[in-house]
Amino acid sequence: MFPIDDKHQSRLSALGRGQAARVDALLAQGAMRRRFQDLGLITGTQVECLGPSALGEPWAYLIRGAVIALRRADADSIAIGPAFAAGEEGLSLPPREADYGAL
Amino acid sequence: MGLSKDSTGLRAAETELVIHKRDASDRVAALCGNPNVGKSTVFNALTGLHQHTGNWPGKTVTNAQGCCTHKGQGYVLVDLPGCYSLQAHSAEEEAARDFLCFGGVDCAAVVCDATCLERNLNLALQVLEITPRTVVCVNLLDEARRKGVEVDLPALSRLLEAPVVGASARAGEGLDSLMDSLEQAAAEEPPPRKAPPVSYGPEAEALIARLMPACTRLSAGKIAPRWLAVKLLDGVDESLTRSLSIALGTEPAKDPEVSAILAEIGPDSQRLRDEMAACTVRRGEEIARAVTKNSAAGYSRRDRKIDWVLTSPLTGIPVMLLLLLGIFWLTVAGANYPSRLLSEGLFWLGDWLKGFLTSLGAAEWLTGLLCDGIYKTLAWVVAVMLPPMAIFFPLFTLLEDLGYLPRVAFNMDRCFQCCGACGKQALTTWMGCMSLRFAKGAECWIFQVDGLKKRCYTILVYFLKDKRAKPLSFREYTLRKRRSQTGQI
Repeated sequence: MFPIDDKHQSRLSALGRGQAARVDALLAQGAMRRRFQDLGLITGTQVECLGPSALGEPWAYLIRGAVIALRRADADSIAIGPAFAAGEEGLSLPPREADYGAL
Repeated sequence: MGLSKDSTGLRAAETELVIHKRDASDRVAALCGNPNVGKSTVFNALTGLHQHTGNWPGKTVTNAQGCCTHKGQGYVLVDLPGCYSLQAHSAEEEAARDFLCFGGVDCAAVVCDATCLERNLNLALQVLEITPRTVVCVNLLDEARRKGVEVDLPALSRLLEAPVVGASARAGEGLDSLMDSLEQAAAEEPPPRKAPPVSYGPEAEALIARLMPACTRLSAGKIAPRWLAVKLLDGVDESLTRSLSIALGTEPAKDPEVSAILAEIGPDSQRLRDEMAACTVRRGEEIARAVTKNSAAGYSRRDRKIDWVLTSPLTGIPVMLLLLLGIFWLTVAGANYPSRLLSEGLFWLGDWLKGFLTSLGAAEWLTGLLCDGIYKTLAWVVAVMLPPMAIFFPLFTLLEDLGYLPRVAFNMDRCFQCCGACGKQALTTWMGCMSLRFAKGAECWIFQVDGLKKRCYTILVYFLKDKRAKPLSFREYTLRKRRSQTGQI
């Protein structure tokens, strides 16, 4: 549904448990896109993967202090880039360590 | 959640929301916020038993209204459905947005969760855009204190340019200040803002400035012109178009002045909309960071470990089965003894009552009707139904209060995906299973399910399950018991 192109290589569904990343782009359109934006998933948002559910799907992600469950198809529509290193400037406000723990 | 008499039958088709004022001078206050922030706790604490539940007109979304009096002034509090934003993805959000914009609200209170302020501010900022007579209530302060999260309320008030009240609704703290602030917001004209709640960047702000004259004209004092301008740029969806046409008598997007400006944006509209959405999120982030200390404690290491035990592929299902079967066993086994005691006690009373009536000389048909009929049937109901309910519902509520039920939905979602449903239906299925023993409580959960299609599936599955495990009607139960007592099969 969201073909891998040169620009958006990694998707949120590729994150493993304990890994963090930064949202690069939202590939979903319409209502789903607005829903993601309402949850705080905008370009530059830090996301940490907390792990799968008991039956393997959906996966839980820590987004702006809230734990959100996303199905694989939806996580596939979120293109990610590497998480911020300490001191690196990003598109959103740089994270405070206290907020997001060890990245 | 309330499946009450008012929310079913003919009245469910009402298309106008009726506010039940005790007195014409009563002020209407809307209570909104994200789900699970304690909005209903605040509502219940303020209104007590003076509540009236029903449905939002044309929707099966619960609407609760209640009355309270503060310093001699009456208020009608309307508990809006919990929503994360007013973008109207669902019936709840549509109902909340329509009421705030067009419902004739005198003041609004946005209830926020102190442990997760950033996400809650998204809604607070949107409500502030709609009406300046808004009070922000930061609830769950006791929970935040426990987790080590501190919120600087005066700083939050300065940044939002709105009154902020701290509360712990469970303990009853902060409710007086909330009512004081609501009184002030409704009675006095709020001071003009130094800056809008959210600033959308130079490009969007320029377009808003150009749209303002047309929006001021179209809104005719009924809604905030800036909010209308923001919505027009954002793309007005169907539900909002409908609501605006009804409220303003015209479709603002079709106004020539407005459509001329909107046509200039052209293919760039998606990028503009994304940028505007991002501005609201970033503003919420900025404010939350400025006023919260130690927000990471909101989802602590301990919470992570507990969640991993409850939802991991290895331990998630066993723990869930253990808990659910445990509750089931406790209900079934635990109810036997009280059931027997109750039935013996009540039947003894029934026999005494019969003897008493006979001694008074009452006719046989009368004692038959009253004792063998009404009283004995009632006694069976109480003896059979009351103990399991008295055990099951408190246990279920305990699970709910502990926050375990969303983890069940999270674990079970994959099973329901193939039917086009979602994990929330796991709870209705579970309630359906409990109907093996006594009359169902799943009806109340059906209204928690989003979407008409999903609700129909849930209701269908529920009735199919119930047909197999249908509890005996009381008449059948009584007859079977009688027959076994007299040796008949």
